[in-house]
Order: sequence, then C-alpha cells, then structure tokens
Amino acid sequence: MLLIPCPYCAETLPEVEFAYAGEAHVVRPSDPSLMSDEEWENYLFIRTNAKGTHFERWRHIHGCGRFFNVVRDTVSDKIYMAYKAGEPKPKIDALLEKQR
Amino acid sequence: MSKHISSLMPAVLAKSPNMCVHIMPLIGRISLRIRQEIDKFDDALGIELPRQIGARSSKDDIEALCLGPDEWTLLMPIEKLSTVQNTLAGLYASLPHSMTEVTGREITFAIEGEQAETLLSIGCPRDIRTIKIGQARRTLFDGATVVIWCDAHNKYRMDVWNSFAPFVAQTLETGVGELAAELTQS
Repeated sequence: MLLIPCPYCAETLPEVEFAYAGEAHVVRPSDPSLMSDEEWENYLFIRTNAKGTHFERWRHIHGCGRFFNVVRDTVSDKIYMAYKAGEPKPKIDALLEKQR
Repeated sequence: MSKHISSLMPAVLAKSPNMCVHIMPLIGRISLRIRQEIDKFDDALGIELPRQIGARSSKDDIEALCLGPDEWTLLMPIEKLSTVQNTLAGLYASLPHSMTEVTGREITFAIEGEQAETLLSIGCPRDIRTIKIGQARRTLFDGATVVIWCDAHNKYRMDVWNSFAPFVAQTLETGVGELAAELTQS
C-alpha cells in the first residue's frame, strides 16, 4: 500500500483513504467543437503512460475531500512530492536532484 | 444477527469488562462550507472556527470541527439549531456560504475503555494515535467514511452515516467480543 502525503491535511496517510483520479495537468480544451476528431481523441483518451516519473491526481476522499497532484515514480512507486491542485507542474530534474 | 437503523437507539451496544461502546443521544449537526471571510463567521457565531484540518474548538455548547479547507461540522444541542441557522441565514446575502442541517444523517458511537484504541485499529487504516486528544479526523472504518473524535486517552466518539451504521455497529460488536475473548485466554 502507498503512503500518500496530502498537501491540505499536511499528513502522510494510507492509500485507502484516497482515490486515484488519473493523469494530472490534462487541460480541457476551451472550445472542443473547433477541434479535429484526432485532437479530441487525443484529449479524451491518450495519456503518457509514463515509465518513471508520473504526474497524477489523487483525491483525499475519506479525509479532507480535496483533489491534489502527486509526483510518483511508476517503477519504484516512490512518491517524490505532492502539491495542491492548481499549482504549476514542478520541474522533474530539480526535483530528482533534490532527492539525491 | 443483523442490525437495523431503527434498532440503533441511545443505549449500550457492546460491553466487555474493560470497554464500552454505546450509541449517543441525538445531537444537532450542521455542515458548513465557507470559502472566504471566515473571520466574519467567527464573530457571528461567537465561536472561533478552527483553521487547521482536524482541529476542534468549542464555546458554550457549540462544538466546531474543521474537516477540510472549506468545510466545518458544528455540533450543538437540538434546541440551539434554530438560533444558529437563523444567524447564518442572516449572513447569507452578504457572505455566500452553504449551510445544511444534517442532524438526521448520522449517529455517534461513544467508544470508551482501556482497549478503545485497539478496537478502532481493527477497522481504521490510519494510526489512531495520530489523532491527538482534542482533535478529530475524517477517515475510514471498515470501509465506511467516519469521523473519529478523540476526547481523552482511550475515549473516542465516532460519527457514522445512517446507511453505514448497522454494518459498523456489527463490526464494533464483534470487535469488543473478540478483544474480550483474547483477555480471558491470556
């Protein structure tokens, strides 16, 4: 089981309190009707499926109820950091450097 | 034996030589969501709403718990509900917020005695001791979302939504029985 830090509660808590909510920083197009089918397909279905560092959304559903973002390594399951929803995507290199 | 919501009246639910779980009497509950200008609500309600998630405050007979960055639960005697509701209704035009009376939504189990912490740990994935005395947390108990309040060492309250209550009551009953059996064996 993962131990996930919730940036709102400022606590690291067991995974069962959380719900996974897909890849982070996927921005909904402002006017979908202007998009080609391919672009729309890309937005709806195509995800990075990263092997390594992955930006993902979680929701602390059995706690504060908030959505937030987590940077996790999909190979080792190591969680590098968690940050509040709406905050900019952290730079991976700087983050990995800090962990070393 | 399965339990029914109607059978969960204020009474002792399970008892062992060193532990007691009982269902607490009806209490008024309000769910309050505020995004901004929380200070003004402090003044109007006459109670300082805690700002940190899991923190509690109480004044006179109102108890407030911060459940999320914009979410609070207020507990109070039933007679006081209308006063608080009227106060908040008066603020609504100038300070938009969401106030819902949820008295009938949940019941509270009081869990007291030497093994209270152990009993909670059979269903809660979180380390119970991270809920300090005088705090409370929303978490899970045996798959149901609950709010656990720690009032003193080995003295807890657990708010459970009605739809989960019969199931949680059974888990607690079984737990009390098993922990008591362990004691007689050792």
